[in-house]
Amino acid sequence: MKISSKIYSAIILIFLFAPIVVMLFFSFNDAKSLSVFSGFSLRWYEELMGDRNTLESVKNTLILAASATVISTVMGTAAAMGINKIRSRWYKAAMNTVTDIPMTNPDIITGISLMLMFVFVGRLMGSATSLNFWTMLVAHVTFCLPYVILQVLPKFQQMDKSLPEAAMDLGCTPLKAFFKVELPEILPGIITGAIMAFTLSLDDFVISYFTAGNDFETLPIRIYGMTKKTVTPKMYALATIIFFVTMTLLLISNFVDNEDQRRLRELKKKKHLPSK
Amino acid sequence: MKKRLNTYHAALAPYSFWALLFILVPLVFIAYYAFTDDSFAFTTEHFTRFFTATSNILEDDGTSREVRTYLLIFWRSVKLAVISTAICLVLGYPIAYIIARAPEKTQKTMITLIMIPMWMNFLIRTYAWMTILQDTGIFNNILSALGLGQLHIIGTETAVIIGMVYDYFPYMVLPIYSIMAKMDLRLLEAARDLGCGSLSVLRRVIWPLSIPGVVSGITMVLIPSISTFYISQKLGNGKFFLIGDAIEGQYMANNLHFAAAIAFILMVILLVAMAIVKYVTNRYVYGGERE
Amino acid sequence: MKKIIELKNISKAFDGEMVLDNISLDIYDNEFITLLGPSGCGKTTTLRMIGGFTQPDTGDVIFMGDRINDVPPHKRNVNTVFQRYALFPHLNVFENIAFPLREKKVPKKEINEKVNEMLRLVMLTGFADRRVTSLSGGQQQRVAIARALVSHPQVLLLDEPLGALDLKLRKDMQQELKKIQKSTGITFVFVTHDQEEALSMSDTIVVMSEGKIQQIGTPTDIYNEPENAFVADFIGESNILDGVMLEDYKVRFAGQVFSCLDTGFEKNEPVDVVVRPEDVDIVPVEKGMLSGVVTSVTFLGVHNEIIVDINGFKWMIQTTDSVNENEKIGLFLEPDAIHIMKKSKYSGMFGDYSSFSDEMEEISNPDPEGGTEE
Repeated sequence: MKISSKIYSAIILIFLFAPIVVMLFFSFNDAKSLSVFSGFSLRWYEELMGDRNTLESVKNTLILAASATVISTVMGTAAAMGINKIRSRWYKAAMNTVTDIPMTNPDIITGISLMLMFVFVGRLMGSATSLNFWTMLVAHVTFCLPYVILQVLPKFQQMDKSLPEAAMDLGCTPLKAFFKVELPEILPGIITGAIMAFTLSLDDFVISYFTAGNDFETLPIRIYGMTKKTVTPKMYALATIIFFVTMTLLLISNFVDNEDQRRLRELKKKKHLPSK
Repeated sequence: MKKRLNTYHAALAPYSFWALLFILVPLVFIAYYAFTDDSFAFTTEHFTRFFTATSNILEDDGTSREVRTYLLIFWRSVKLAVISTAICLVLGYPIAYIIARAPEKTQKTMITLIMIPMWMNFLIRTYAWMTILQDTGIFNNILSALGLGQLHIIGTETAVIIGMVYDYFPYMVLPIYSIMAKMDLRLLEAARDLGCGSLSVLRRVIWPLSIPGVVSGITMVLIPSISTFYISQKLGNGKFFLIGDAIEGQYMANNLHFAAAIAFILMVILLVAMAIVKYVTNRYVYGGERE
Repeated sequence: MKKIIELKNISKAFDGEMVLDNISLDIYDNEFITLLGPSGCGKTTTLRMIGGFTQPDTGDVIFMGDRINDVPPHKRNVNTVFQRYALFPHLNVFENIAFPLREKKVPKKEINEKVNEMLRLVMLTGFADRRVTSLSGGQQQRVAIARALVSHPQVLLLDEPLGALDLKLRKDMQQELKKIQKSTGITFVFVTHDQEEALSMSDTIVVMSEGKIQQIGTPTDIYNEPENAFVADFIGESNILDGVMLEDYKVRFAGQVFSCLDTGFEKNEPVDVVVRPEDVDIVPVEKGMLSGVVTSVTFLGVHNEIIVDINGFKWMIQTTDSVNENEKIGLFLEPDAIHIMKKSKYSGMFGDYSSFSDEMEEISNPDPEGGTEE
């Protein structure tokens, strides 16, 4: 890299990491200030650990994300398989267009539209509070689904079409052929899709904001509530913990990925070793 | 074979049902609410209100001026979003180019670094900027320590733009990077072979080939920044109401029908804009469907 | 003839692996020169060095008397036809060909004329407005050639340009390339691993292997007088036997003494003996200088290709006579059928057709390692 490129990259990275560094730094501040550092302390971490509501919201967020991930991954994978194989062009085009909608629509539109429907149906059924855990789950599954499909569909398209046919030719039932031959081929897409769904769900604020009831508070919604008042470094402590957890996960997945590629490279090397 | 095909239809059925029920029908509900009043009778009053409601704003010189409230908000949203998107493009294109031309290992590290802020909750990121940019915040502390005086940033449009650029910057870099990384290196060699210097290669080959990435980067930044409501509340001190704030405000006030009307207008305008972008790219730009 | 390009003592290593090992080569004006060799022999690296995409570690690239090691590609009056063409997908045929002219800010009218002239040369008149992605392989090939020729470079570099075409199209393009070279008078440096292509098109062939030049010569020289076992094996088919040069014009191999046309070896010097399959005459056993049993016969239309086992060494012979498997036949060699080469590191590696059947065995019995991979 040229010197100018290095300097430019450094400036961009400083811009991107400034708020993160500030946050990490002040989470250890002794005082309540978020701009003057008066001494190292772990008091905000201790306070965080004593905050039942926040811990509850972390648990809620994980439950919601896990459920949304499972449902959207299973349904999305099946959908991708269907979209790849159905013959009706019209149906296929319709499915692709519909799948695009949640991704191109602003979150606020997706959130409002679902909320309006839930409220309307709730009114019809005569209940006053129509928003709850289930409406939120439906909303999360809805915005996760397109991302799962987007990851899995190309894997189906790239797959050698004769693979499942060969399996069936050799005596597998279609279902068995799917699990034995197709699934291993598309698994990387499913895993990436599931990870994306999980992180999107964890991080979502806007759609949750419109579809959440009072009984089920997720972390982003709680943070939103907290930032309406003056924020204590407690929130920074929380953010720091989340940051390190995600970083660890990221590093592990990167490491696994690298190992995978290293093995692949070695395998290739061995294969191309001249036979003479 | 017939049986097999039925399996596929069965596999697709749950999603078809789900998409109909939770993607399409809700959009119909936006229109339904937008065109009805509280007792669900047809009305266009929300649209009349959107286009004609007025309020007085205080100018810098202390005089007050009457404006069309929602049109002003809308215009401001578009303006800030376009400026932010342009800044993202100007800052992001070079970094995408630098990364794409770096050794493979560096590429991976850099992309991970660019993406890490996205793993931070966006509310917290935005809030952190607020504390940095405050009049008594770190940025101003550094400035005064350097003897440069102070800058009043928080509560200005500049602060809102900084927030938008920061939050959506990776959305600009990633699509441009991924198209540049896939670019056939021999095309660049061919251009050099045929007499192009570095700048000329960039202008005549790399730029036109990267346009699909640029287009998707622009849409991915423009859409969330035009509809955001948190950034403006925190970094603009609530002084710069945006279209997202208007929707959220009406929702909080339980004016669901008016909220739906604003959302409807936003949606229609975005749809038209997207259709135009799609038409133009397909028609006139490399990488469109005509290929 | 005028020297256009000189490569002087060039070496190049990638990641510590020697790709070019002290090669020197002169390229003359108006010649069609081919770099020929198996993949990994350094031919493409040599070409890229002339084009300016790779710099030598040591040695000099001289262009018309000037050292151009550090001159970037866009400042060299040398153009390349890339493997798989590297046409710009965002430009149509006309704009692809006009690309270098626009860079030089040539007036519009002149661009039109020149591009149209090129389109005529490569027989693509009427294709100007087509998208390059809509063209067939052969047509894309022509556009690539037109684009590289439009600014009249002094040298045109072609990196396996015919590799992606099917056989029929390939033959046509060979003819056409040769014609274009003659009519434009531009020096063509052509890279290929296909020996037939090299023989049919070139004025000069440079045979390369393992980063070294093995032989430079006209197609006939290379075929008739190969320098070593590698060249003999790589160009055409050859039976290569161990022999001893008894004295000038006398060589012993396969247990017999033969007269030959070669001189200049030491007395009793061990040598490699090359006999081309088409130079062997089949005669009745009693009239033969050698005799053996036919182990296989393959009908190839014009001739039969037969494998004959002579004392355990398998010869390949091309003949129009009809023989049968297991038949005992005699072989007769004229003195000019025998070509003597000095021993080299390639001695003993090529030229025995017993590997023919080995290869078959390998295919029917895949090695166990291969199965576990991927």
